[in-house]
Amino acid sequence: MSSATQSLPIEISSLCKAYGSVKALDDVSLNIAAGEFLTLLGPSGSGKTTLLMALAGFSRPDSGSIRFGDQEVIATPPHKRGLGMVFQSYALFPFMTVAENVAYPLKIRGVSKSDQKTHAERALDTVQLGGYGDRRITQLSGGQRQRVALARAMVFEPQIILMDEPLSALDKQLREHMQIELKALHQKLDATVVYVTHDQREALTMSDRIAVVNHGRIEQVETPERLYRQPSSFFVADFVGESVSLPVKVANDTAQLGERALKSDSPIAQGSGGHRLVIRPELLEVTSGAVPETANDLSGHVHDIIYQGDSVLVIVQHDSAGQINVRVPANRAGQTGLPSKGERIGLALHPEDTIIVPEHAS
Amino acid sequence: MEQVGQRKIDGLWLTVVGIAVLFFLILPTLIVIPMSFSGASFLEFPPTSFSFRWYTAYLTSPEWMSATRTSLIAAILTTLIATPLGSLCAYGLHCSAPRIRNAAQILVIMPIVVPVILIAVGVFSLYAKLGLNYTLAGVVIAHTALALPFVIVTVMSGLQNYDFDQELAARSLGASRAYALWTVTVPQVKFSIQTGAFLAFITSLDEVVISMLVSGGDNATITRRMFNSLRDQLDPTIAAISTCLIVVSVVALVGVQLIGRSKNVDK
Repeated sequence: MSSATQSLPIEISSLCKAYGSVKALDDVSLNIAAGEFLTLLGPSGSGKTTLLMALAGFSRPDSGSIRFGDQEVIATPPHKRGLGMVFQSYALFPFMTVAENVAYPLKIRGVSKSDQKTHAERALDTVQLGGYGDRRITQLSGGQRQRVALARAMVFEPQIILMDEPLSALDKQLREHMQIELKALHQKLDATVVYVTHDQREALTMSDRIAVVNHGRIEQVETPERLYRQPSSFFVADFVGESVSLPVKVANDTAQLGERALKSDSPIAQGSGGHRLVIRPELLEVTSGAVPETANDLSGHVHDIIYQGDSVLVIVQHDSAGQINVRVPANRAGQTGLPSKGERIGLALHPEDTIIVPEHAS
Repeated sequence: MEQVGQRKIDGLWLTVVGIAVLFFLILPTLIVIPMSFSGASFLEFPPTSFSFRWYTAYLTSPEWMSATRTSLIAAILTTLIATPLGSLCAYGLHCSAPRIRNAAQILVIMPIVVPVILIAVGVFSLYAKLGLNYTLAGVVIAHTALALPFVIVTVMSGLQNYDFDQELAARSLGASRAYALWTVTVPQVKFSIQTGAFLAFITSLDEVVISMLVSGGDNATITRRMFNSLRDQLDPTIAAISTCLIVVSVVALVGVQLIGRSKNVDK
């Protein structure tokens, strides 16, 4: 695509929207950089779709401000916001051909018939559907329909593209393939992308940054890696990635698991409702001998070993704190010296992997 | 074997009941057709002689022609008003919150549920104040009110099978709401709108009760005139007119079906 357009930053401040007594958006503020791929991640009913609909202009917030670049758009109707939007249901027009679908936004903009044709063809090429223009929508597979929807949303070179769970109707393999393709496509387009999903893995795979949404509030906005390794609340830690958590006591900036003080590299975040130690199963190290002094000792007895193909999940009964899951690669290196059921297992949790989070972010 | 036999008997029952229902539903309608070709000067069945004289009588009578014209104009105007109005109403209800939609739906169905004679009396009294009795406008307004629920119900059911995200998509792509409605939504509920239009046309054309009270003089509808004629003299002209009305209805119905089928083939 030509680079005549430039992506726009989005500035959301103090956005509120209530349905009766339910706060769908509770004082949401968020800055999205120009050209960024930002994902709104959250469980269903968290408010992420409401936020996207507010950006699109289909849902009118009760208060707050949305700016695209330096333009306030809160009162701008959807068709004047210049957005490309991709829906979960694809929302293709079944009575039009593929090319007519893709050319629809161009037709509205008064682009000449011949330009419509070339632009639509180029957009279809971009999503690897060159030559599909004359097909009917009903002749396409789910993945192809999704590509047409993408082509239609970007053919007029919008500065912002919104996507509402665009891959959730596809099967797992195709979905993973499309995630990587979408990410590559984003790098080609000069557009800010706001992507909504409830699939944390999808969010981690595709995003520049992820905003975790819960109960109409944004819990944390971070890059995928930092979100995963330094969650700000138990909700984020629990929702993103696999984990087991144990309650800990915090006093004088030190967390205590049972009687033992935990060593952690990162400062303990403030919050309410007590603290929890979050253990990612793949971050625990199985030690053959004693756990080194520098690490936290989480040793226990092997309760069960579950084979899961690419890895083995070992369920460990910790001496005092309860059950812990450990993930070990299913290759020979991982399996060498792995104790069998009932035997003692040495587990080291290194300070840089020790995640201690408040139950609720402050 | 026993089960197969049982199924055969069930099938037989179904056939018998089905034929009986068709017999009582359709035969009284069809019986007027042979009667209309009778040569006798009174209604007789089966007819003993054949002639076109009652068709000639109908087509050459200025009163009958005037009434036919009134009815056709009223039916066409009713269709032209009730179809867009009812379709927009259905669209509005479809977009409303469920609570409002359910309440409004009851209100909208009212004209079908309330006995027509009550509506007729109400309309007559209201028109007396407004000076609309015995006017074409009066007939059209009353018929539009009667026809609206049919349009609304058929279009709403059409919208239910339509993925509304498509209209949102169109709007996000730059179409104003009206343009999105016209270019994306309407083409996909076209068949429902056509069916609604057909029902509106027939509702007006067949309407007797309100027309009895509200229409009259030069603006008497054909149903009103037929009713009066039945009361005063039993004339086979009625049978000829009925036959013509049946033909109009069937042609309209077949037309709607054909349009619908060509649309499905297109898909």
